[in-house]
Amino acid sequence: MMTVADVRAPSLEAYLTERRSQRRLLMPYVTAGVCPDWLELVDAVIDAGADAIEIGIPFSDPAIDGTTIQEATVVALDAGMTPGKALAELKERPFGVPLIAMTHYNLVYRHGHERFATDMVEAGCWASILPDLPFEHAGEWTAAADAVGVENVLLAAPVTSDERLAQVAEKTGGFVYVVSTMGTTGARGAVDDAAGALATRVKSVTDKPAVIGFGISNGETAVAAAEHADGVITASALMRRILDGASIEEAASLVAEIRTALDEAYPPGS
Amino acid sequence: MTDLSDAPVASPDQMGKPDELGFFGEFGGRYVGEPLIGACQEVEDAFVDAWGDPAFRAEFLHVLNTYGGRPSPTTECHNLSEQLGCRLLLKREDLNHTGSHKINNVIGQALLAKRMGKTRLIAETGAGQHGVATATAAALLGMSCTVYMGEVDMKRQALNVFRMRLLGTEVVPAMSGSRTLKDAVNEAMRAWVSEVGDTHYCLGSVMGPHPYPWMVRTFHEIIGIEAKEQVQAITGGLPDVAVACVGGGSNAAGLFAGFADDPSVRLVGAEPAGGAAAGRGVPAIVHGMRAYFMQDEVGQVLEAESISAGLDYPGLGPEHSHLAATKRAEYFPVTDDEVLEAFKLLSRTEGIIPALESAHAIAWVAKAKDELQGQTVLVNMSGRGDKDVEQVQDVLIARGEM
Repeated sequence: MMTVADVRAPSLEAYLTERRSQRRLLMPYVTAGVCPDWLELVDAVIDAGADAIEIGIPFSDPAIDGTTIQEATVVALDAGMTPGKALAELKERPFGVPLIAMTHYNLVYRHGHERFATDMVEAGCWASILPDLPFEHAGEWTAAADAVGVENVLLAAPVTSDERLAQVAEKTGGFVYVVSTMGTTGARGAVDDAAGALATRVKSVTDKPAVIGFGISNGETAVAAAEHADGVITASALMRRILDGASIEEAASLVAEIRTALDEAYPPGS
Repeated sequence: MTDLSDAPVASPDQMGKPDELGFFGEFGGRYVGEPLIGACQEVEDAFVDAWGDPAFRAEFLHVLNTYGGRPSPTTECHNLSEQLGCRLLLKREDLNHTGSHKINNVIGQALLAKRMGKTRLIAETGAGQHGVATATAAALLGMSCTVYMGEVDMKRQALNVFRMRLLGTEVVPAMSGSRTLKDAVNEAMRAWVSEVGDTHYCLGSVMGPHPYPWMVRTFHEIIGIEAKEQVQAITGGLPDVAVACVGGGSNAAGLFAGFADDPSVRLVGAEPAGGAAAGRGVPAIVHGMRAYFMQDEVGQVLEAESISAGLDYPGLGPEHSHLAATKRAEYFPVTDDEVLEAFKLLSRTEGIIPALESAHAIAWVAKAKDELQGQTVLVNMSGRGDKDVEQVQDVLIARGEM
């Protein structure tokens, strides 16, 4: 029988803090169930140079997501994906990098806080991102997550006040998720100027890693975003390729492109 | 923070203010992404400031009275009373400008948006009543307006789509999910995130993140306040039962607010059987709030089904969830068939064609008539049925009843 000690997650924050001293962080996002061989997609994306992977667990009413992630969500739900199934499938295989579970809070609430935290750890997830769970309401989840070492990542947005940003920086686990723009998730041609300014504000109040997401669609946007941050998250652009019928190799080549661009712009070890 | 002690609250004990995090008991809150936290706080601060300002409340009432058609009368239904064996009174929100109670809330929020310096309104709509009301308020106050409406609902309520466009509003179809009200809410919240600088989200029911459930109920309290005075003038006392239809629950919240602190008055919400969030729901966190929602075993939200687009919502506002949990109010399902019968019944006996939404409340009274014998029953006639006659005609023809 498993004991609590058996299912404790390592610290994502410690891992990313060590890793960022070597190179800019790259954290792609994959919707669980977006294609039948989505676990192979995760493997390919890791091989292409990911430092950690966000696993999106599809929710019926993804109010924060843009059209691409909504579409990926519908595909995954239609294929019968559930939180329990996603975590069970992840548990079946080892991955070389930490996983981060990203979903809407209702699925955690309904699954049960303690059970979700334990199932996450067994699946290789070291941290959670629940964008619709502000820290004021997060007490029950963070208590359950803390008990098994799972860190809860908080988001900062361009409109987040200085006072609130200090609270987000203090309470977040793993890293600070820097929302680059005032919009939903989605690939954009250029990253908002607000992203760099916000990342700089974040860096001024915390040593925790700051990673920019929303709008990272290629090497160019990744390099621009990473100027003031420790790394980037790419989600919609990767899912777009899969939804448009690209092979796993073709999709993963986007991650390789971003990896190469980041490493050329910010040489590892420099 | 402005002191609200002078601002009117109709039922401070049972339907007072939520706590500082926006909870009514266990329900409510502000479960939104970080980009919207500040926007919700801005709305809360502005509402608290405005509602504590007698000049704002005076302006609100002035517009409702001189433009919205308030006060709406309460009508005693002698014919149907005799048939059902109770004393039936209707609070006539159907006589308001734009044909439903929705005008109360949109005038309040549009005036608030102006006071906040916003130039644009966005809204979601189901049947189109809230969309038409918002488009109307935007036209009146010189604001631009975009309304999100499920593609399915746009087909069911094509005339309301035309009305909105006539009023100068842009109507955008919500193409995701079930393409009904809940998806329109998702679209409106997404749009608000990217346009929050100059745009106010004029949410149409007692739902969503704090302060919306509280603010929208407060703007509708006028229904219950007027009804209480009018019923007392007619009967010399309080009603035994106050009944309203419930989707998200705004017209019911307004009516209940007039009577919640009178323990002798039974409060009843009539839910569509295909969307009975109080009857079949379990607590969930959706659309920015913790409230009762219909959902599957893992927490995916189920699609509501109702003949009435305005009640086609799988959740129940947080204050209603609280009133249901504490048993201060009761919520009962009525079927589409019962609603159609009530639609015909009220039309024939009283010459009042109700909105399909409001027909739910009549349907419950007809269904519960045995237990209501001799009682005074107040029903909120939340809207008129003009928008629904074509749909009902199609149903009755298909059934060979016409």
